[in-house]
Amino acid sequence: MTESAATAPVVELSGVSKTFRSTTPGSTPVEALTGIDLTIRQGEFVSLIGPSGCGKSTLLRIVGDLTSVSGGTIRVNGKAAERARRDRDYGMVFQAPVLFDWRSVQGNVELPLEITGRPAAERAARAKAMLDLVELGEFTDHQPWQLSGGMQQRVAIARALALDPALLLMDEPFGALDEMTRERMNLELLRIWERTATTVVFVTHSIPEAVFLSTRVVVMSARPGRITEIVEVDLPRRRDVETRELERYFELVTRVREALRRGEGNSALGGQARVRAEGLSA
Amino acid sequence: MSGGSDPGAGGSAVALGGLSVVRGPSLVDRVREWLPAAILFVGILAFWEVAVRVFSIQQFILPRPLAIFEQWRTHLPELNSAAIYTFGEVIGGLLIGVIGGMVAGLVTARYAMFRDSVMPFAVAVNSIPIIAFAPVFNNLFGLDKQLSKMMVAAALCFFPVMINTVRGLLSAPAPAIELMRSYAASNREIFLKVRVPAAVPFIFTALRISATLATIGAVIGEYFGAPKVSLGQYIVTYTSYLNFERAWAAIVYACAMGIGLYVLVVVTERLVAPWAADRASQAG
Repeated sequence: MTESAATAPVVELSGVSKTFRSTTPGSTPVEALTGIDLTIRQGEFVSLIGPSGCGKSTLLRIVGDLTSVSGGTIRVNGKAAERARRDRDYGMVFQAPVLFDWRSVQGNVELPLEITGRPAAERAARAKAMLDLVELGEFTDHQPWQLSGGMQQRVAIARALALDPALLLMDEPFGALDEMTRERMNLELLRIWERTATTVVFVTHSIPEAVFLSTRVVVMSARPGRITEIVEVDLPRRRDVETRELERYFELVTRVREALRRGEGNSALGGQARVRAEGLSA
Repeated sequence: MSGGSDPGAGGSAVALGGLSVVRGPSLVDRVREWLPAAILFVGILAFWEVAVRVFSIQQFILPRPLAIFEQWRTHLPELNSAAIYTFGEVIGGLLIGVIGGMVAGLVTARYAMFRDSVMPFAVAVNSIPIIAFAPVFNNLFGLDKQLSKMMVAAALCFFPVMINTVRGLLSAPAPAIELMRSYAASNREIFLKVRVPAAVPFIFTALRISATLATIGAVIGEYFGAPKVSLGQYIVTYTSYLNFERAWAAIVYACAMGIGLYVLVVVTERLVAPWAADRASQAG
């Protein structure tokens, strides 16, 4: 195998499964994920897309060691996921910005730096640099709730980047934003991704967003949650507003949509079979 | 390094990057804010005085404000000693109830075992009229002791403080905790940097309630028996002598005590947790 540093795997999942066991006695365990094989290389932008309940968020949380696996193996940066979390190898962005009201905008970005015990001067400089990167340099002394939703999410991104992580995990970060803000944030995120050279794993349920942002789109389906197809996005790496008007862009959007529909068809049948089986057992 | 906000800073609105930012009201703004309430208050007193005179209302139904004021001036030293005695009970009760409630809340929030067993009990106890126990407490801790009234006041404050401490410590949303875990933060850091600050506004809400409850607890406790120089006994005594102006003078003290403590809590909250107050005023 000839692996240059630039294409080293950052995330390696093989045969990963996750079963949620309800605490209610007698209820059937829910198979959230099954047979997940996925390798994400350095510098990639991989989107996870699928209907709700397909386990895309669970998969992201498994990579971030916020949820344990029920089976299979996971390695992040060549080590166990827990080790990677302890080494602060990734930054996390949720759908809600999760900013703390008792801290200024800058104070929020400094939080991870405080936990890693960086000196105050370094913290301030680093936080300022990250806020400049997301173009919020003027808002360092503001309180989080004084900012708009899009600005709050940019603060969350600045915070996630503060520790210069190898991996950025984003769980529907723009899901709560309006369409126009979302498109602007997409461009902004790509610009940050280019400048920081981090690897991004991005959960979304927006097909255009997934195609526009990603180098690869992982299509998932529900019951049980699994990967049904992986679509390579061969659009030019440098993307801008015009990318959304390319013929190839529309083709890829259609491909992802069809892949999703195929997956849905399968799980609908699976669901019926399951209902029948449950009916028999009851 | 940028600290938190500075609510004391002057200047009402600063425009920055197209976003106008409220920086805390100036003195003029504050006076303007309080003026309507102050005018209303004086107006009510004036109306009260005039109404009692015009309709010749009997003093045992409603004494005139000026008559109450006259009594207050005449019996000032006596009233002051009674108020100091009662105030001691209020403060003692607040300290016992608030500290006890916070400690109980901390323990309850920390251990799931307590959460499941103690919380439903605490919520149930919080909705019973604890003041009904006042005579029992007098019997338990001594009729003529300040301690018995402190305990009534403390019992009234304890459950709201405890319940709000628990709710506050558990109020941080799951993603906030996961965010901290993603930084490999220790449980201690999660507690100090997320759970405690998230609980502060909840605790202040409980303190505002407690300031009022402690005053009620002390005065009502005194109704059922206390030394002569206490607001509760003063009110009871002069009501029974049908000297209502003099009783009202003591009632005014009790009111001032409750309002004063409430305002103190609100001011402290603005200093300690400006984010909660700012946010509330923005939302309103």
